[in-house]
Amino acid sequence: MKSSSHAEVAALPVDKNDRSIKTKNKFKIFLTKLSRSKTGSVGLVIVLALCVMAVFAPWIAPYNPGKIDTTNMLVPPFWSDGGSVAHILGTDNLGRDILSRIIYGSRISLIVGILSVLVAGAIGVVFGLISGYYGGLVDNMIMRLVDAFLSVPTILFCIVFLTVLDPGIPTLIIVIGVTSWVLYARMIRGETLSLREREYVKAARTMGVSDFQIMKRHILPNVTSSIIVISTLSVASTIITESSLSFLGLGIQPPIVSWGIMLSEGKEYVATSWWLATFPGVAITVTVLGIIFFGEWLRDLLDPRSQGTNS
Amino acid sequence: MWRYFISRFLQIPIVLLIISLMIFVLVYVAGDPVAMMLPAEATQQEIQNLRIALGFDQPFYIQFWNYIVDLVQGDFGESYKYGVSALGLVLERLPATLELATASMIMAIIIAVPLGIISAIRPNGIIDLFATGLSALGKAIPNFWLGIMLILVFAVNLKLMPVSGTGSWKHLILPAITLGTAVSAEITRLVRSNMLEILQQDYIRTARSKGQKKSIIIFRHAFRNSLVPVITITILQMASLVGGSLITEMIFSWPGLGQLIIQAVYDKDLPIIQAAVFVTAVMILLMNLATDVLYRFLDPRIKYS
Repeated sequence: MKSSSHAEVAALPVDKNDRSIKTKNKFKIFLTKLSRSKTGSVGLVIVLALCVMAVFAPWIAPYNPGKIDTTNMLVPPFWSDGGSVAHILGTDNLGRDILSRIIYGSRISLIVGILSVLVAGAIGVVFGLISGYYGGLVDNMIMRLVDAFLSVPTILFCIVFLTVLDPGIPTLIIVIGVTSWVLYARMIRGETLSLREREYVKAARTMGVSDFQIMKRHILPNVTSSIIVISTLSVASTIITESSLSFLGLGIQPPIVSWGIMLSEGKEYVATSWWLATFPGVAITVTVLGIIFFGEWLRDLLDPRSQGTNS
Repeated sequence: MWRYFISRFLQIPIVLLIISLMIFVLVYVAGDPVAMMLPAEATQQEIQNLRIALGFDQPFYIQFWNYIVDLVQGDFGESYKYGVSALGLVLERLPATLELATASMIMAIIIAVPLGIISAIRPNGIIDLFATGLSALGKAIPNFWLGIMLILVFAVNLKLMPVSGTGSWKHLILPAITLGTAVSAEITRLVRSNMLEILQQDYIRTARSKGQKKSIIIFRHAFRNSLVPVITITILQMASLVGGSLITEMIFSWPGLGQLIIQAVYDKDLPIIQAAVFVTAVMILLMNLATDVLYRFLDPRIKYS
């Protein structure tokens, strides 16, 4: 991370072939390190599978996820009595194919997960840098704002926002982003506090480099690895938040398919048709587990200090 | 030290003011709720009269001032739906939520602490792998799905537990597991990593080399020293328990704060939501302060400046 950004700053004429060899080697090192960690590899495989599923949903899914088929309602999965291979994971109360709905649902989870993490990260990075760099009154004010957000559970905050705002995907992304930026702000503030005392930052300041340039060129590149780790792990918790809100009917609205909506519909049939509420939950759990595994491996890789505590 | 705690305590009203400002702005942006409070056949004149009577025609800062003055007196307005004090409704539901949260916490500690200790004694042993896997799973499972699955297995299929509601201790078990799992996973990891760290300390090696009994080393020397972070994190987890109780209560029809909030959201009953957010925030802020105080007394090495 760090070396590549410095290479750009140096702006020396670099031989293109030389560079591609370098990145190839880096990728090789990355793969070797990954293969040493079982959970890390499993995590990456799950994350990649999820991405493939989301991108190629129309080609992978056997049916249209919204297609109602009244002749095939509540068909159990293929290994149960009355199930058929035509609907591997069975159908729901409207005869819609559950596997296809899960495949399409991965799109929502990924889109909302990634975009709200970007929103949260953007807000958190700006506040964290300002807070840590300037200190004093500004820092104090931002930290009280952080306290305010920390003293209300994220899900409750989201619910408050969604009560007054119209539901929809953009609203949901912004609401989850706005309610979960504090994690980034706190971490980046802490690192900025120590980074601003470094010699090279002081040197830049004496040379008259503007505060904005110092934050951008000298502080931000040094917190990038922490941001990457937190963002990865945040995608996992965001996916749970999204599905919780959709489960409550406050997030994604039908006819768009979301795992949370599938669960809230399936809950009504839990006593008679168990598969409706089971498979979307498995999908969420496996996805979240994969992202956590990958994220924790990434953390151990990028931050040697935390090694050994979780492996 | 006292100066530190007094300044921490004085921050609480500031934080609460920020929260109330945020909620107020949200509600203000959403428009006034007068239309919702009157029957559909109300005339334009009647709506206008009520708006003036409730002060919705005033400028933003005056409305905010009035809101804060009411709020300081514990007046969040009356629930649109029930017509009684919103704060009263919230406080009435609070004990049920606290009961559920306490039960979940106790359950989480009973499972997590022994599991964490055992896995730290034999890292990478069978129990450790089991515990690590279980805690990873516990963090990944969305609690509302866990609740549904517990109902499916223990209430619908095995008929061991009631599906929902309150009454006996049996009603408490499934919701408490649902709510406590994530916290339990967190505490297991924490106990394990703390114990692992402490078991490598010099004084543990000294105790071992002088032939001290293993149980004494583990419980008296190691576990007691790992307790400080465990206790503080455990109290801090109460915040996520309150958040998690929203959905858990809805699934199990548990008559607590969470159920009240969710119903209020469907009814767009803003005073109840405001009061609930405020009460939750006060609870969590006080809990955080208590953690700070406790931390100081448990670990005399910590100095506050």
